Amino acid sequence: MEQDNQHNYENNFKISEAKNIIRIFVFGDILKCNNEVPLQNITKNLSEKTKEIKFVNDGLKEWDSSFVLLVFKTIEEAQARNIKYDISELPENLQELIRLAFAVDRKPTAKSGNKMDYLENIGFKTLGVFKLIRKIFSYLRDVSSSIGRFFRAKSDIRGIDFCSALDDCGPKAIGIVALISFLVGLILAFVGAIQLRTFGAQIYVASLVTVGMCRIMGAIMVGIIMAGRTGSSYAATIGTMQVNEELDALETMGLSKIDFLVLPRLLALLVAMPILTMLSDIMGMLGGAFVGVFLMNLPYIEYWKYALDAFNMTNFWVGILHGFCFGFIIALCGCYSGLTCGRNADSVGVATTRSVVNAIVSMIIVTGILTVICQGLGL
Amino acid sequence: MKKQVAIDVRNLTVGYGDYVLLHDADYQVNKGDIFIIMGGSGCGKSSMLRVLTGLLPPKKGEVIIGGVNMATAPQEDIQKIREKSGILYQSGALFSSMTLAENIALPLQQYSNYSPETIRELAHLKLALVGLKGFDDFYPSEISGGMKKRAGLARALALDPDIVYFDEPSAGLDPISSHNLDELIIELNRSLGTTIVVVTHELASIFAIGNNSIFLDANTKTIMAHGNPKELLKNPPNEEVYQFLTRGEKK
Repeated sequence: MEQDNQHNYENNFKISEAKNIIRIFVFGDILKCNNEVPLQNITKNLSEKTKEIKFVNDGLKEWDSSFVLLVFKTIEEAQARNIKYDISELPENLQELIRLAFAVDRKPTAKSGNKMDYLENIGFKTLGVFKLIRKIFSYLRDVSSSIGRFFRAKSDIRGIDFCSALDDCGPKAIGIVALISFLVGLILAFVGAIQLRTFGAQIYVASLVTVGMCRIMGAIMVGIIMAGRTGSSYAATIGTMQVNEELDALETMGLSKIDFLVLPRLLALLVAMPILTMLSDIMGMLGGAFVGVFLMNLPYIEYWKYALDAFNMTNFWVGILHGFCFGFIIALCGCYSGLTCGRNADSVGVATTRSVVNAIVSMIIVTGILTVICQGLGL
Repeated sequence: MKKQVAIDVRNLTVGYGDYVLLHDADYQVNKGDIFIIMGGSGCGKSSMLRVLTGLLPPKKGEVIIGGVNMATAPQEDIQKIREKSGILYQSGALFSSMTLAENIALPLQQYSNYSPETIRELAHLKLALVGLKGFDDFYPSEISGGMKKRAGLARALALDPDIVYFDEPSAGLDPISSHNLDELIIELNRSLGTTIVVVTHELASIFAIGNNSIFLDANTKTIMAHGNPKELLKNPPNEEVYQFLTRGEKK
């Protein structure tokens, strides 16, 4: 007779081996058990001679998924080694669960892994860039023709959509634009004052803030605020419409997505941005005045005299032009990110982030271009 | 032998603000039952489910689960009941940024003391139980609607719940997938002994899986019928129930 090797594990398992049959005695309540130890001991007992693994119900009471998992793993191990198994003594409902777990009705297809070699990868990425450029140009073409249709009064744009978009990016944005611009004017004045004080020229803080805000800072601050506030909202709204198949519905109804969704938002921002830029200029100058008059004790009248002397219409219009261009960029980036959004919740987040990043990067590039053009024109 | 009660609903009124969807509902769900909440659109089926799961406070009445009144109990007690309940939402409601295994592991990581290895294996087992063995590393966007529901069910079963709620399990599924899901519900109910509450108006599912039911009526805002769906079809208490169970046939 072969030696009967017995091992006791915790309070629920007893494993014995006899005549190349491994018997796993289970008893008591097996709830939330950590089955790594019993499983290791079962595996340790398996050898080439093992013919069968048998679960013996030795008074099993309550059990949960952790025990089902142990049986499941043991059977997987037995199958991998071509060993027979017997679970007929276990409760019937447990046997049913094990049957369910092994009743695979559909096998997963292999996931497409990244098995491309280095050169192939570069090629695919280059093609991807070309595709992206083509997509952007096609989008810009669609937007241009939509604007053309609008001026010929043949657009599908709805007045109410335009009003709603204008309300969102105009009056509702005034508070945040005013506050941030005031603070930027204030900071600009502080930073300037520290340097100018060393020359006894702190009165020129007024000129610095006025020129800075009117020429570029006002427009840039409004651009950044609106890219984060309104551009991201456009991307999220249109992206969610993509997830809900509303964009497909528009397309199947024969309505232009650009006319219906992009144009009202674009026109609203083109109207709102120059006005908000003007507001930003004024608030920035007030912020500067606050520092100059209340903190640096400059005479109020003198401060405004220098401020108005520094103000010139060229700077003002250059600022407004920046605001107008930024409006164009924010609307285009926000709507493009929404329209190219994927079809799950994750994609909406990605589209929102992309809209803000793209808008800010594009604004900086356009600022550079406009600066060079203005220099060239002597403005 | 008298069955134990899993859910006891007493004098329940459901609604939003001043609007009442259903009033004075009284019924019990026995342990191990597959209980159907059925009725036409807008009768308050899904709102009833939200009340049962503690997501919507009732306007009046009590919902007692495991000795806890879901209407008045402190949040910690409600949370304990929720840990012993699983919910399969209409769309599966899987987290799209996680793989199927990670979706199932989430409640296990949150509420159990299993080692990461055991959690990973349990997630694998639960997926195998719903016929998705080997799909552990797939993302929800990479599988079909029916598979999403199965994966949602695997997540609902993660913590070995006493009660599993299904919100329109057949919605959006083809007849075969719908039938397979019904079979799976029956098998899991049989093998795990879990109490199952299903909100649906899918007649095939109602007759295939339900052994007890209530019929909610949008006009009277009451429970119009209570009993085994097959029995209700044989002896309909009124015209509305008969028409509902026969897809509009006149008595």
